[in-house]
Amino acid sequence: MSGIIEQERYTCAIGALQSVVAIPRAVPILHSGPGCGNMIQGFFERSTGYAGGSTSPCTNFTEKEVVFGGTDRLRENIANTYKILDTDLQVVLTGCTAGIVGDDIEPVVEEFREDGKPIVSVETAGFKCSNFEAHSLVVNAVIDQYVSRFEEENPFRSEKNTVNLFASLPYQDPFWKGNLREYKRLLEGIGLSVHVLFGPESGGVREWQQIPKANFNILVSPWYGLPIAEHLEEVYGQPFTQYPNIPIGANETERFLRQVLAFANEQGAELDLDAAEKFIRQEREAYYEEIDNLATFLLEFRYGLPNHVHIVHDAGYVLGLSKFLLHEVGIVPKEQFAVDNTPKRFQEQIAAELQSASDKKVIPLTFEPDAGKVQDTIRSLHHGGRGLIIGSGWDKELAREKDYDFLSASVPTPYRLVMTTNYVGFSGGLRVIEDIYGAVLATYR
Amino acid sequence: MSKINLQIPEVSIREIRLGSITGFQGGAEELVNCSRCGLKDKSRSFSQCLGCSTSQAACMVILVQDAAVISHGPVGCSSCFHEFAFTYRVNSPLRGVEHPTQRKIFSTNLQETDTVYGGAQKLAKGIHEVYERTHPNAVFVLTTCAAGIIGDDVESVCGEAEEELGVPVIAIFCEGFRSKVWTTGFDASYHAIARKLIQPARERRSDMINVINFWGSDVFGDWFEAFGAKPNYITPYSTIENLRRSSEAAASVQICPTLGSYLGAALEQEFGVPEINAAPPYGIAQTDRWFRALGKLLHKEDEAERLIASKRAEYLPKIEALREKLRGKTAYVTAGAAHGHALLNLLGELGMKAKGAAIFHHDPIYDNENEESDLLVNRVKEYGDVPNFNICNKQEFELVNMLNRLQPDVLLARHGGMTLWGAKLGIPSLLIGDEHFSMGYEGIVRYGERILETIENDEFVKNLKQHAINPYTKWWLDQEPYTFLKGGAAK
Repeated sequence: MSGIIEQERYTCAIGALQSVVAIPRAVPILHSGPGCGNMIQGFFERSTGYAGGSTSPCTNFTEKEVVFGGTDRLRENIANTYKILDTDLQVVLTGCTAGIVGDDIEPVVEEFREDGKPIVSVETAGFKCSNFEAHSLVVNAVIDQYVSRFEEENPFRSEKNTVNLFASLPYQDPFWKGNLREYKRLLEGIGLSVHVLFGPESGGVREWQQIPKANFNILVSPWYGLPIAEHLEEVYGQPFTQYPNIPIGANETERFLRQVLAFANEQGAELDLDAAEKFIRQEREAYYEEIDNLATFLLEFRYGLPNHVHIVHDAGYVLGLSKFLLHEVGIVPKEQFAVDNTPKRFQEQIAAELQSASDKKVIPLTFEPDAGKVQDTIRSLHHGGRGLIIGSGWDKELAREKDYDFLSASVPTPYRLVMTTNYVGFSGGLRVIEDIYGAVLATYR
Repeated sequence: MSKINLQIPEVSIREIRLGSITGFQGGAEELVNCSRCGLKDKSRSFSQCLGCSTSQAACMVILVQDAAVISHGPVGCSSCFHEFAFTYRVNSPLRGVEHPTQRKIFSTNLQETDTVYGGAQKLAKGIHEVYERTHPNAVFVLTTCAAGIIGDDVESVCGEAEEELGVPVIAIFCEGFRSKVWTTGFDASYHAIARKLIQPARERRSDMINVINFWGSDVFGDWFEAFGAKPNYITPYSTIENLRRSSEAAASVQICPTLGSYLGAALEQEFGVPEINAAPPYGIAQTDRWFRALGKLLHKEDEAERLIASKRAEYLPKIEALREKLRGKTAYVTAGAAHGHALLNLLGELGMKAKGAAIFHHDPIYDNENEESDLLVNRVKEYGDVPNFNICNKQEFELVNMLNRLQPDVLLARHGGMTLWGAKLGIPSLLIGDEHFSMGYEGIVRYGERILETIENDEFVKNLKQHAINPYTKWWLDQEPYTFLKGGAAK
């Protein structure tokens, strides 16, 4: 998976600076070439947050730092960051320049840490890995270098009904804010307290400090984020339960919540099962009231609605959307494409998970980070009826070529604004339906 | 000595070629005077994220209609390029491109092992693959910091691929760390295009004028009609064939001397296309000068005079009416060099007071070594000095401090990310995306009307101010804005 690629749908390791931006009042400090922050800002768009984008400090490597090293410049920049910006957590991230010339930044960061500063360093040279993987590097660095300083006040696994949630990757999942809010609401609905750690629903650094107290961890992801759950198991003895896809709509959300319920009680949580089931039932009934109301439209609208879909997204969304659209909307998933550079060792399991959605049809899944190649494949496919493509802004042009309907639901996309919309949960399913048919109906003039 | 040297693969960076700087505080007049006798750059002991040469180089080739572009680096170094694909599609109607094709943008996706063993082979293989997949009329290869430091011989790889494939495969050297002035990226693309693509003229076409530009609206078509000529917009929306033949134009004009400095000079010095040295048409006097220079060069002085007279008759009363409404209003300008100068000229023309400016860099002279091209010189001469003139490469912390201090009636910006702080401070803020919007006599009217509209409709910014989130410390906002500029106002 390391050949040339076209139309990347993810970015390089330093893109995980957005995971820092997503922690309230945290600041990424870049020790990198001049354009790195700009590139990441351009990839995600509208992603400045509290102190990202043009606000983030950066050493902006020049020839001088490439030749002589840039640690002095970094020290100066960090020291002045404290004077200029009012932040609760500082995370120093390295770029390719620092990585190749071999700047040893940890001793510099350690000087500030010894001074009591809440500062963390992490190596994220772009060539190291993708931002999907670097997200785990950043989170684990914060755990090791920051959270670990608060272990005494936060005894390991001391709150039986509290969990840490690792799900949406901030910004890489365009719906991360809304999704985290909805996960939290749903999990609270079954009786848990939840650390979501990122975004306005989190309690900022205070919540990070309390990570050790959680009884267990929930990982919602087919592969990314797994090193975080494994790391927490190792350092705090917290077990984790993994759900392989984004739970969208009623079936998947119920399955997700029941998996968590069962796991929680195995781990000694004391959740009221009847109350939890009552919550789930209420949510389901409200959901099906809408689907019931909608069904006539789905069945009878005579001017044409999509009957099949190609999804070009990360593996978690490909799974979640395919299952949802097949069973709860009636749109048949044809060839699907995971463009998140899924490591080989997870691919078989993910393909099996997708196939589990149907015992009647084969749903082919291709793992291909070269999204230009994916587009060429889709160009060559022909299915009867009206088609739908769910993907990034790049795919709008493809959809137009093929005369397919299009829903922009992945980065990068200049064609859609997302603020706090969620695709997760019962309500997320309804929102996906609104978005798809909103786009379809907008084609009628 | 000529600043253009097409013999070597890499362009000489602006700091060396032009003596450009990225740190200065003082007045515009002082800077203009210093520019003629050697400027010394200042560095900062605190800095925020800058722009990068590779993006500037990229936009000049991604928008070439029939080319493919490869970023030779880790995948992150091309991650903002999708924005140029959007630009290409959205602005194509402005340039009469009826069926805009998908942009072909690739990354060699360098991995850790490549930084150890080199990425040249991967690039060579990649160029062949890109050719097979897209059949472009040329392939442009952009270098990045990683490729530069590991020392891949990109020039040779491109040369070999060009021989094998039979289409131009052109290396553009635009590593971010090479220059603090990211507009060096434009020069890098132009250098490569002039060196490898533009052919010696077979004929001289009196009806074609090169317009070195971005992707703004087609205002030049109308203007040139009076001279019996058509614009040849380069390089965005051009084709490989049109670029090859840009040497045959009667003249070249630039929408912004910072952008077009290198290509304009290269076309004149290496291919004999005369450049209009008059700075671009911003403000009445400069617009007069620009049309006269154009008329003179095309031997159509009478046409120029007629055009000037009719445009003046039409627009001067409107400009005067705007002056009545805008007189005494204050503004702060933040923009790249030259375009920022252009906006300062417009402010002068509209009778507004410039309270200060943060301009991303400063070129003391352009590649044509002609002072007539300098819009800042023009500004100072025509409309007077600009106080608080800061050369500041998008250092938001300085901008915030300065705006908070000066509280102008309006903030005029040219680049993304800068208006936010005006709005957060409750200052009406205006960014015009179309580079050609405020040119010429009609541009003064258009821009003046937008300024007026922006100042009048301040409800949004006033509300935002009440709820603005501010990561800057109170301490910082109380300091002098240049505290962290070494040799600046404070210790």
